[in-house]
Amino acid sequence: MSWILPSSASTFAGDIDFLYYVILVITGIAFVVVEAGLVLFMIKYRARPGRKAQYIEGSTKAEVIWTAIPAVTVVIIGLMSGGVWNTVKGRNSIPDNAIPHRVDVRQFEWDFVYRGADGQLGTGDDFTVRNQLHIPVNQPVALQLNAEDVIHSFFVPAFRVKQDAVPGMAINTWFEATEVGEYEIACAELCGLGHYRMRAMVTVHSAEDYQQWLADRIAAAEEE
Amino acid sequence: MATSAVSLEPAAHTEAHELSFLRKYIFSTDHKIIGVQFLLMSWVFLVFGGLMAMMIRWQLGFPDRALPGGQLLPETMAPGGILLPEFYNSLVTMHGTIMVFFAIMPLLVGVFGNFLIPLKIGAPDMAFPRLNMASFWIAVPAGILMMAGFFVEGGHSGAGWTQYAPLSSDPQWTGVSAGQQIWLLSIAILGLASILGATNYITTVVNLRAPGMTWFRLPLSIWALFITAILVLLAIPILSGAAIMLFFDQTIGTHFFDWTDGGQPILWQHLFWYFGHPEVYILILPAMGMVSDIIANGSRKPVFGYHSMVFAIIGIAFLGWIVWGHHMFQSGMNPTLGMTFMISTLLIAVPSAIKTFNWMGTMWRGSIRFHVPMLHAVGFVAMFVIGGLSGVFMATTPVDIYIHDTYFIVAHIHYVLFGGSLFAIFAAVTYWYPKMFGRMMNPTLGMVHFWLTFIFYNLTFFPMHNLGVYGHMRRIYDPSQYEFLQPLAPLNKFITISALLLMLVQLPFVVNFVMSWFKGEKASDNPWEANGLEWSVPSPPPHGNFAEVPTVYRGPYEYSSPLVEEDFLPQTRKLSSDVDPAAAGA
Repeated sequence: MSWILPSSASTFAGDIDFLYYVILVITGIAFVVVEAGLVLFMIKYRARPGRKAQYIEGSTKAEVIWTAIPAVTVVIIGLMSGGVWNTVKGRNSIPDNAIPHRVDVRQFEWDFVYRGADGQLGTGDDFTVRNQLHIPVNQPVALQLNAEDVIHSFFVPAFRVKQDAVPGMAINTWFEATEVGEYEIACAELCGLGHYRMRAMVTVHSAEDYQQWLADRIAAAEEE
Repeated sequence: MATSAVSLEPAAHTEAHELSFLRKYIFSTDHKIIGVQFLLMSWVFLVFGGLMAMMIRWQLGFPDRALPGGQLLPETMAPGGILLPEFYNSLVTMHGTIMVFFAIMPLLVGVFGNFLIPLKIGAPDMAFPRLNMASFWIAVPAGILMMAGFFVEGGHSGAGWTQYAPLSSDPQWTGVSAGQQIWLLSIAILGLASILGATNYITTVVNLRAPGMTWFRLPLSIWALFITAILVLLAIPILSGAAIMLFFDQTIGTHFFDWTDGGQPILWQHLFWYFGHPEVYILILPAMGMVSDIIANGSRKPVFGYHSMVFAIIGIAFLGWIVWGHHMFQSGMNPTLGMTFMISTLLIAVPSAIKTFNWMGTMWRGSIRFHVPMLHAVGFVAMFVIGGLSGVFMATTPVDIYIHDTYFIVAHIHYVLFGGSLFAIFAAVTYWYPKMFGRMMNPTLGMVHFWLTFIFYNLTFFPMHNLGVYGHMRRIYDPSQYEFLQPLAPLNKFITISALLLMLVQLPFVVNFVMSWFKGEKASDNPWEANGLEWSVPSPPPHGNFAEVPTVYRGPYEYSSPLVEEDFLPQTRKLSSDVDPAAAGA
């Protein structure tokens, strides 16, 4: 049982994790203050013979304090979050040099569409790999999510990325992996009886390995 | 005075001729009987919802083992005792549906709205007693219909209690057709019961307050129920309308949510959460109100900052209207709206903090009596705080990207709905039981039930935060499918065992509730030495409640007042310094 987030491997994961820990500390303090206060009051002010409760109706000063402190705190949290949200999900957040992919999502699989030899997405030489996303390290990747039946949600826990795929809406999202390795993709939105096994993998290659993998794939696609 | 004549009428009426059993206990128009009817109905559904949770937990803890007793279930649900994924989805859907619509909501609004409002404001009954009876007898068939969905061809709806289209709107994605339509019809019918009830509560509080019962002398429980009724009236019709739209999509070929024909799946989410977020407050505000009454009584002190408590209720209800988008941060909604909804959501922390600190302020320098209702009420504060604080994580849009749709949200909602609402319900039931049934509950059994529930509740739900922190998705049938979830298997088993024990330790409560009804010690009029109007009449109060119209001289929380020797001062007790409200022109 731990409150530590699992290790991450994307550029913006660090910012999201930092915010999480900031909130963990703030809420942790509030939690201890309230729970300790409740226990202390229960012990200190338990009914005993010969003691009467004090008739106190309230205190404006105290109320101003515990209105102002949470108000200021949440506004600060909100301001800190705005920038990160904009980086990850903002309208113009997708970097220009991102490698584009289309993802056709259906019960219960992910079809990752890659650019073919012409380097353009949406042309005849595009190729598709089912449930496998191969990407290079340290380069942004943009996904256009196209759901074909019901709502699914693209979730890579290690990249701290999650985005619903809604039928009828082409939704773009992006991330940039920072470590070579294999990571699991999960569907995070209930999508039917096979929802629990709608799993895929993302493989992050070194730049050289990625070029090699891509060349092999394009060659294989041309042979077909 | 005209009001007194009207108020006296029902009491005189009962003396004139005894009502038949059928009219007195089954088709009753007495708000107290209807409250008890809602209580019994909700207990039954609470057990159903709990049993579904046990099956869900078994599957998550022991995905490869047959459910004990699962052989009794039909082949279409669990062949050989192993739950099918589609049945699991139905269980997840129906656990949420039953608990929200047929257990917690009727427990808070149906039971205590009915039982408390007339008694606490000094009225002989609701403004519209027949509407009140209709409300209950509409809710019952809606519940029966909802349960019947399990036994139709194709099984029950498996689209989650949130019923996201197109999973819910098109049978080709789930194979569920009849079950899905039953879900929608039942919710639309139940909506009617809620609307009738809410209209009645609002009218009653506005019109039937006893002389001297000014707005700022109302107990916080009544304030909360009144504001809740307004929320119900504004939220439920949205859900009913959306449910009917979805029903039409399924049955008569409309395309509201069908993207292939100009509809929008995301429209359902907006409509659902436009109802759903106020609904969250419908499920917590009455709990907050009743807990305020009980903490003041247990602490023998006035509620700290009564006026700010009232404004906090109104503030929460208002903010509850402009935050629905926070359920949809990852839905593909315009990301600019993310910022707006984040700020409005975070602001709810402010009235919530005011309430929490005022409850603590109420206990501060009190003389605390640890009766069973007080234990549950303090338990409510302790648990609600956790649910409130975990909400900050999800309100913060970037953090929500990661924890959205994980067990973190499951932990959060159960800290609010079980740790919050249900502990408040246990507090309220044990507190008003003597007034409802005229007998005391057994305090020893009550203590045993509280402590065991408190322990196993936390052992069940607290570790769910940690599952969520690790990325564990909600609503998945078999977590062992994912490598990154493998290390969580022992924690999932631990939660399952805790959950089974949590269910088991409800037995002392059931025994206490049933046995005390027949064998409990006879309750006096005012066993908790409380101030409210309901404690000035016999336990249980007669039909018509008050032998004569009560006059109210003060607010409901005059505990340990320097004006009197005792540490409580009932709202109806006239001191020599008090002036009659009629004479004062009130």
